[in-house]
Amino acid sequence: MEFVLITLLNGLSYGLLLFMLSSGLTLIFSMMGVLNFAHASFYMLGAYFAYVVSSHFGFWPALVLAPLGVGVIGALIERYGLRAVHKHGHVHELLFTFGLSYVVVEIVKLTWGLSAVAYPIPPELDGPLFTLYTTTFPIYKGFMMLVAVLMLVAIFLVLTRTRIGLVIQASLTHPDMAEALGHNVPRVFMLVFGGGCALAGLAGVIGGNAFVTEPGMAATVGSIIFVVVVVGGMGSLLGALSASLLIGILQTYAVAIDYSLLNLLSKFGLDVSPDAIGYTVLSLTVSQVAPILPYLLLVLILIFRPRGLMGVREG
Amino acid sequence: MTNKPSRITRLVIWGLFALLLIVAPLIFTKGASLSLLSQMGTIMIFGLSYNMLLGQGGMLSFGHAVYSGLGAFCAIHAMNLAAAGTFPIPVTLIPLVGGVAGMGFGVLFGYVTTKKSGTTFAMITLGLVELVFASSLMLPGFFGGEGGIATNRVIGSPFLGITYGPQIQVYYLIAFWLFISTIGMYAFTHTPLGRMANAVRDNPERVEFVGYDTQWVRYLTLILSAFFAGISGGLSAINFEIVSAENVSALRSGLILLYTFIGGVGFFFGPMIGAVIGIFLTVMLSDYTKAWQLYLGAFFIIMVMYVPGGLASLVMQNVRLLKFGMLRRVWRHFAPLCVAGFIAFAGVVAMIEMLYHRALDADSGPTMTLFAWPVDTSAAMPWAIAVLLVIVGALGVRWLGRGFQSVWSDVNTEIEEAMRRAAA
Repeated sequence: MEFVLITLLNGLSYGLLLFMLSSGLTLIFSMMGVLNFAHASFYMLGAYFAYVVSSHFGFWPALVLAPLGVGVIGALIERYGLRAVHKHGHVHELLFTFGLSYVVVEIVKLTWGLSAVAYPIPPELDGPLFTLYTTTFPIYKGFMMLVAVLMLVAIFLVLTRTRIGLVIQASLTHPDMAEALGHNVPRVFMLVFGGGCALAGLAGVIGGNAFVTEPGMAATVGSIIFVVVVVGGMGSLLGALSASLLIGILQTYAVAIDYSLLNLLSKFGLDVSPDAIGYTVLSLTVSQVAPILPYLLLVLILIFRPRGLMGVREG
Repeated sequence: MTNKPSRITRLVIWGLFALLLIVAPLIFTKGASLSLLSQMGTIMIFGLSYNMLLGQGGMLSFGHAVYSGLGAFCAIHAMNLAAAGTFPIPVTLIPLVGGVAGMGFGVLFGYVTTKKSGTTFAMITLGLVELVFASSLMLPGFFGGEGGIATNRVIGSPFLGITYGPQIQVYYLIAFWLFISTIGMYAFTHTPLGRMANAVRDNPERVEFVGYDTQWVRYLTLILSAFFAGISGGLSAINFEIVSAENVSALRSGLILLYTFIGGVGFFFGPMIGAVIGIFLTVMLSDYTKAWQLYLGAFFIIMVMYVPGGLASLVMQNVRLLKFGMLRRVWRHFAPLCVAGFIAFAGVVAMIEMLYHRALDADSGPTMTLFAWPVDTSAAMPWAIAVLLVIVGALGVRWLGRGFQSVWSDVNTEIEEAMRRAAA
C-alpha cells in the first residue's frame, strides 16, 4: 500500500512536469501548426536562466524572470526566424526549429560549460512535506504539482475568459477574418510562440533543480514530450494533460517493479530453461523495459486510436 | 518547362559518374582521404535513400537510421557467421544482407509509421527511433550493449586477390554498390510508383480521388527506401568493422536529415552533395574546432531560411543562368556580396572560437591559435577586431544585398519571359 501510494504521488508529480513541458508545445502546435522541435531546448534555457538569476537574487525572482526571458527569446526567434520560413510551409518551420535545437545546445555548452551547474532546491522548499507510513514526501514535489495545476488553470482562464484569449482563438480558426477585423494576426502568433516558450521555461525553472541542470537535459525529455503530444491527440490541451499523467505514472511504476515474464510464468508452474528461444526477452524485468514503455504506448495508440486520446481530428 | 536531357547526355553523365568513382582515390591520395571517400560513399547511399522519403515522398523522417542501423547489425552478424563457417556468403554480397534486413524492418515498422503523413509522421518516426535505440541497450545479445559488435572483414579465401583487407578494396566495393544503388534509386523516380510518390507529396487529396491509396504508396516507398538504407548500413559495417547502438540512434537520423537538406531535397543528386559537405563538416571540421556542431546547426538554419532548395538548387540556378548567358551579370553583383558575407563570417567565427576557448579550454591559458595566428583571448584588441569585422561585413551584406536582389529579380523575369517566348 505504501509503495502504491508513494509511487502514485511520484508519478503524478513527474506527469505534471511533463504536462508543463508539453502544454506549450501543444499550444503552439494547435495555434500555429508549428511543431516546435526546439521546445525542450527552451526548457533547458529556462533552467540555466533560473540558475543564473537564483545565484544572484534567489529562487523566487528566478521563478518569474527566467520564464519571461525565455519567452522574450522565443518571441524574437518567431519574429526574425520562423516568420521568414513560414511561407515555405510547416515542414520547413519544423526543420528550422530542428536546426535551432542543435544551435541552442551548443550555445549552452559555450556559455555554461559541459558539466552540470549547481542549481539547488531553495532551502525553504527543501524538506519533507508529510510522511506516508515510513516514506517522506518532499515539499518540492508538492510545489511542482502546485505550480503545474496553477498553470493549467491560468492557461484555461486566459484562453476562454479573456479578450486576448478570444482573439487568439479567432486567429487560430479564422486568421483572415481576425485580420480583417483589425487584429494583428502575426503579432498574435508571436505572442503565442513566446508564451509557449515561456511555459517551457517555467518547466525548466521547476525541473532544473528537481533533476540536473546540464547540456544533455533537453535531449532526455525531448522525445518524451513528442510522445505525450501524439498520444494525447495533436493540439489538445486536455489530451496532453491526460497523456502526461498516464506516461508519468506508467513510467514511475515501471522503474520500481522488478518482475519479469519469467517470474509470471513460473507462478503458473512453467519454468523456462535459459537455452529456450526468447529467454533473453522473457527475462527482462519491467524496470529494464521502462525506458521503452512511452514509445510502445505511442505505437499502440497509433494502431488502435490514431487520433490520440482526446484528439478531434486526424493529423 | 521540363527539358529532358537526351539519351546520350544521360549516358555521358552516368559514365562521368562511374569514371569519377574510379579515379577519385587516385586524385585524393592524402593519408585519410581514402577513408573519407569510403564514408562519403556510404552516406551518399543513405542520403539518397532518405531523399526517397523526404524529397520524393514528402515524408520528413527523424528515424531513418533505424533501417540503416538494423541493416548494419544484421550484416555484421552475417559476417561473423560467415567467419564461423555456418553461413557461407562472400563479403561482396554482405550489403545485400543489410538491404534485405532493412527492407524487412521497413515492412514491419513502415506499417505503423506510414499511417500518417506530415508532422505526425515526423513525430512517430522520432518515437520509433527512440524505441529501437532503447531496445538496443536492453538486448545486449543482439546489439552488443554499450560496446557494440565487432567483426573482421577479411574472411574466406581471397577471390582474384581481393581480400578486403586494404582500404582501397573496400572503397571500390562501396563505389560499386553506390553506383548500383544510385541507378536503382534513379530508376525508381521514373517508375509509376515513384511518380505516385511525388503526387502523394504534392496533393494527397487529389490522389485519393483518382483512386490511389496514399498510405499504400507511402508504405511501398518507405520499404524500398529502407532497402537502400540497409545497403548503406551493410557497407558501413564492412567499412568500420564495428556496429554499435549509436548506429540506430536519433542522433544519426538527425545528421542524415541535416546532410540531405543541406545538399538539396528537390533534386536527385542533392543528397550526394550533402553527403560530401556533411562528411567534410563533421569529420574535417571536428578536427579543427570544438564548435563544429554549432556551425553545422547554424549553416542548416541559414539554408532553411534563405536557400530552402539546398546547395543543389544553387548549382541548378547557376546552370540556368549560364544557359541564358546571364551568369556574368549576376555574379558581378553576387561576388562582392560573397566577400562581404565572408568578412562577417570570419568575424563571427573568430568570436565563437575565442568564446569556446574561454569556456572550455581555459586551463591552457588565454592564448590560442586562430587562423594560424596566436591570439590572446583576455585582451580587448582581438574582440574589437572581430566585432568590427562583423559590423563591416553585416553592413556590406545589407547594402550590397539590395542591389543583388533587384538584379536577381530582373534576371529571373527576363529568363521567364525568354522561355515564354520560346514556348509560344
